[in-house]
Amino acid sequence: MSQTPTDIAVDVQNVTKRYGTTAALANLTLQIRDNEFFTLLGPSGCGKTTLLRSIAGFENISEGTISLFGESLAGLPPNKRPINTVFQHYALFPHMSVTDNVLFGLLRQRVPDADARKRVGEVLDMVQLSALAERMPSQLSGGQQQRVALARALAPRPRVLLLDEPLSALDLKLRQEVRIELQQIQYNTGITFIFVTHDQEEAITMSDRIAVISEGELQQVGAPRDIYESPSNRFVADFIGETNLIDVTVNSVNGDTAMCTLADGTAIQCKSAGDATTGAGHLSVRPERLTLTASDTGDLSGTVKRLTYLGTDMRITIELNDGTTLTARMQNTDDTTLPDRGDRVGLQIEPGAARLLTD
Amino acid sequence: MAKKFDIKRFPGFLAITCLCLFLLYTPLLVVMVYSFNDSNSITNWGGLSLRWYEEVFFGVEAPKFKKAAFNSLTIALCAATTATTIALCAAVAILRAGRFRGQGLSFGLINLPLMVPEIVTAVATLIFFSAIGFKAGYATILIAHIVFCIPFAYLPIAARMQGIEGSYEQAAQDLYATRWEAFRLVLLPLMMPGIISGFLLAFIISLDDFIITNFVKGAGIETLPTAIFGSVKQGIKPNIMAISTLLLLVSASFVTLSWFINRKGGENSS
Ligand SMILES: Nc1ncnc2c1ncn2[C@@H]1O[C@H](COP(=O)(O)OP(=O)(O)O)[C@@H](O)[C@H]1O
Ligand SMILES: [Mg+2]
Repeated sequence: MSQTPTDIAVDVQNVTKRYGTTAALANLTLQIRDNEFFTLLGPSGCGKTTLLRSIAGFENISEGTISLFGESLAGLPPNKRPINTVFQHYALFPHMSVTDNVLFGLLRQRVPDADARKRVGEVLDMVQLSALAERMPSQLSGGQQQRVALARALAPRPRVLLLDEPLSALDLKLRQEVRIELQQIQYNTGITFIFVTHDQEEAITMSDRIAVISEGELQQVGAPRDIYESPSNRFVADFIGETNLIDVTVNSVNGDTAMCTLADGTAIQCKSAGDATTGAGHLSVRPERLTLTASDTGDLSGTVKRLTYLGTDMRITIELNDGTTLTARMQNTDDTTLPDRGDRVGLQIEPGAARLLTD
Repeated sequence: MAKKFDIKRFPGFLAITCLCLFLLYTPLLVVMVYSFNDSNSITNWGGLSLRWYEEVFFGVEAPKFKKAAFNSLTIALCAATTATTIALCAAVAILRAGRFRGQGLSFGLINLPLMVPEIVTAVATLIFFSAIGFKAGYATILIAHIVFCIPFAYLPIAARMQGIEGSYEQAAQDLYATRWEAFRLVLLPLMMPGIISGFLLAFIISLDDFIITNFVKGAGIETLPTAIFGSVKQGIKPNIMAISTLLLLVSASFVTLSWFINRKGGENSS
């Protein structure tokens, strides 16, 4: 009946969730598109699980509305929502075999037995677990349990799949394999994935779009590249990847560019987030976009404090004259000449790399 | 570092352990051994025989004991079943319905009877039945047994339920199960070891009860413990030892069964 465009899978409007007096979600508005791999990213305790549980129907939100393809979900219990969840600790039914776990949702939907079993075969193939179909969950490794949980949630063909930090219990190598598989499965099935993580690298490498959340408030929504290259505030810049924050005085703001002066008086033109104003501000510059130059040239100058070898590149910590420390990264190639500890060096900010942020 | 504190190395540890085991089990052993005694005396050994078992099943007192055993078993079965059902409902309500006011109080109230001296409960139950004019007999015994069995059934059930995370039922509901289906298909099977333990414990407690039964039973009806007591008042005969040994066997097999079921349940949910 609704006139809302149906390419919005989940529409979160002004959602607030309070526990007593503390707000786990504060007036959050988000739109998750159909077919997308959407990630909720934020530090532990920021409200990611709460939002996921609200979408699944396990929490009653205090204010706001959540709609699925234009239809409000208000008042619908979890079992009436065509949404499935991969729980953080999987919550596989310990008394049922892998097959019975995956069958569970299909049988509750009254899918005829033969069709249901065919579908179980399909999804177990998809997660490469057909060989273990008769095992009990306690006989599976952590990675295998994770796949069963995924298969169980995919089997009833939900319109939206929720994944609450599904990779956090796996070791690093497995995690990287599963990332690629998850992305592939999302692409092949076309199901909207809402993926929760506190790991920014995971979010950046897997997602179509990311929502960064802090203390129940939405900080920024965008493609990984937007978030990384154009963080909208200081929290996002700090949380995603590594960044240098340099105090500046903003002289003028003109649309999305601004003119600032650094502490030593050097004038610099930079891109700015929408709400920048003149006065004190911060410049965010990614370490890989700072270049070392000879002392007395470049935008900034300081002393090399530390060199850290990272394999593919080198991290150099520099203390500016006013005491601020910055990091720069240099590729390890044969013809780079590395400075020594204690050397005076200049720092050049790559044109267009500095971004003016508000707190 | 101080030497590791190890109670096993205390002087006299072995001696005390042996003494305790001796005091606990010798009387039982004596009863069991003497139930096979081919003599009228309860203290002199007169050779091995099954005559006292024969006496129990076919002797002059056999009809009395058979009737009493039948009462005991049917009462234990009904009381344990009912008490387990009530305890399960209570556990679901207290542990699964979310937080509510008086949650701790409910828990306390259910378990309080364990702390009340049985004689007090017995007197109170008797007074209650006479106050409402309920005729003493099979029904009064059954009702009293149901009531005092509830906390015994509740403890293992609640312990098991506390060990089952709510996420299983949530996963079931997420997979389109109604609340009832989530209970029946997920929570109940996971609860089974606790339910069976609770049932067996309640059954044994009911089978074994003397004090309350003796107060509320009225004339003309006996359970096995009251029948044994009645018989012993006229002097201990070896057939009592045979009955006691049989009762011990029933108890021991129930406890063993309960242990195996719990162990199996533990394996499944780990
Ligand atoms: N049932 C609850 N009762 C009270 N506070 C809660 C409850 N669940 C979550 N919270 C609080 O809400 C905030 C967000 O929690 P959560 O959504 O689990 O965070 P995240 O998943 O991002 O780590 C936290 O501060 C947490 O303490
Ligand atoms: Mg969480």
